[in-house]
Amino acid sequence: MTDRAIQDIGVQDILSTIREGNEPEQGLKPRSELTARELLREVGAVLRMSEADAAKLGDIPLDPAEDQTMIINMGPQHPSTHGVLRLMLELQGETVLRCKPIIGYLHTGMEKQGENLTYMQGGTNVTRMDYLSPLNNELVFSMATEKLLGIDGDIPERAVWMRMLLSELNRMSSHLLFMATNGMDLGAVGMMIYGWREREEVLRFFQKVTGLRMNHNFIRPGGVAADLPAGWRDDVLYLLEMIPPRLEEYDTLMTGQPIWRDRLQGVGVITQAEAIALGATGPILRSTGLEWDLRRDQPYLHYDEMEFDVIVGTYGDAFDRYAIRLNEIRESIRIVHQILDRMPGGDYRIQNKKVTPPPRARIDESMEALIHHFKIFTEGFKVPEGEVYVAIESPRGEIGCYIASDGSATPYRLHVRAPSFVNIQCLPHMMRGGLVADAVAVISSVDPVLGEVDR
Amino acid sequence: MSDVAEPEVVAPSPMMPEPPMMHGVPLSDSHGQRVLHPTRAGYLKLVCTLLDDTFTMCADLTAVDYLTFPGRSLPDGVVPERFEVVVNLLSIERRERIRIRVQVPAEDAVVATLFDLYPGSEAMEREVFDMFGISFTDHPDLTRILMPEDWEGHPLRKDYDQGCIPVQFSTDFAARERAQ
Repeated sequence: MTDRAIQDIGVQDILSTIREGNEPEQGLKPRSELTARELLREVGAVLRMSEADAAKLGDIPLDPAEDQTMIINMGPQHPSTHGVLRLMLELQGETVLRCKPIIGYLHTGMEKQGENLTYMQGGTNVTRMDYLSPLNNELVFSMATEKLLGIDGDIPERAVWMRMLLSELNRMSSHLLFMATNGMDLGAVGMMIYGWREREEVLRFFQKVTGLRMNHNFIRPGGVAADLPAGWRDDVLYLLEMIPPRLEEYDTLMTGQPIWRDRLQGVGVITQAEAIALGATGPILRSTGLEWDLRRDQPYLHYDEMEFDVIVGTYGDAFDRYAIRLNEIRESIRIVHQILDRMPGGDYRIQNKKVTPPPRARIDESMEALIHHFKIFTEGFKVPEGEVYVAIESPRGEIGCYIASDGSATPYRLHVRAPSFVNIQCLPHMMRGGLVADAVAVISSVDPVLGEVDR
Repeated sequence: MSDVAEPEVVAPSPMMPEPPMMHGVPLSDSHGQRVLHPTRAGYLKLVCTLLDDTFTMCADLTAVDYLTFPGRSLPDGVVPERFEVVVNLLSIERRERIRIRVQVPAEDAVVATLFDLYPGSEAMEREVFDMFGISFTDHPDLTRILMPEDWEGHPLRKDYDQGCIPVQFSTDFAARERAQ
């Protein structure tokens, strides 16, 4: 599409347009012509250029009379952009002057699809958004649905604790993967293998519990899909024993290393005021020294009864974000230990006939149970009218779920506030004035998951 | 295009004769969450007031197309329109949330931008523009964000045709090649 547009217009036309200075409103103005207000907007994460204009400008030879800047395109197929993130970078020498993230390459209309799936099926949809923390996605969707149903206070204790267990293990697996990709992006290729190795151990536990490594659809409105399998406690204890020494190895391999520190310290700095204004949450906000963790500050499930520390940084740079995630794995281990001590018995899903299908054994003996089972899985259950926004702390920040219901069995509108979608607005800030070689380190430290950016 | 909802649907509930107000705007309670219903004209002023009132973060901004569900419950005095822009603000200092729902008519789907107050709303407003076709005045870069630039229509509108490409499941590969 873009190539065709370039041929239609022609390079000469563009060059003459630039020389005459009568660019369209969306075009990139020479830096000398930037007014203070426009600069302010730009600092507000906007490069005033549309995708097609940027592509055109990037193709033409540079006019030596203009600033010696160049616009390069990074992605969407760059291996270090974590999926299909595309960045337009304006460079002067090696310095990044401006940056604009361009997204949408992975847009699959999941919010629209969510309007056609029942609340029972919705979990399969939302779990695929942030595919590195699927259980947190399911959790927030289930909590929003339960709030609409008015059963959020009636979830059995075992289900609540199981949700916490899975959510924390998921946080560990997600951060372990961050360790791997962050290492890979900075050239610590050995770390990539180690991070994936440890994450795989956690996923193996998920597979045992839910049947799948990812995209579980395990946490459902009303509870969870099944009880924990026999021997689950030993598996969790194995993880809790295996991971801490490995984290010590990461410290040896990376944290204290001069090369690692030089690559990360002072790179991608963001201030607290900027992070709040841009809506950044999670490790990015905490790296600026603000203690903000929804698990502690707006507790859900039983996090208010847990003892753990909110890890914060000081400088708001990429190293702080790395260190925060590394130590959050340790905090998650602390929480999981407490969950193991307190895991109660009992039902793993609510015994409310409206949302829970009858047990398998009843179907063999009761015609009504069979009909009930069939109806719940075909028509779903109706949810009262209303609208609700529920937010929890995912590994990447605040994941929110806004559901508007019209009283039918499918959400009238399902919106997921994806932390990565908001967080990548910080990229232009963090990259401004930095080196292009650090761009990859900055992207990596934001840890975006393009599945939830584009949804 | 849709008609505006019938007047009886906005009848106030008999239990609540006098709707509660906050900052001069009707306040309602949705499952324990506070929701404010400003008019379009008073929207920006309300958000300014809330920003000064420690709501320093715009957690979420989205929209809903109520084309096929005009009878939703709204507080007394709020006229339902086709679109609704929904803003979730967060006060880190007081650990509180508040929601704003602005009614936006279909024939003039324009709202003031929050960009100057919350730069982080930039991408969210672009997403709403892309998905619902609601414009934001003075937004610095109101272009499509998720869909391709030359896309027609706004996918999350309720009257947007959801097509599907029929998939032919056939193992007769020879027939398939002949068809091509």
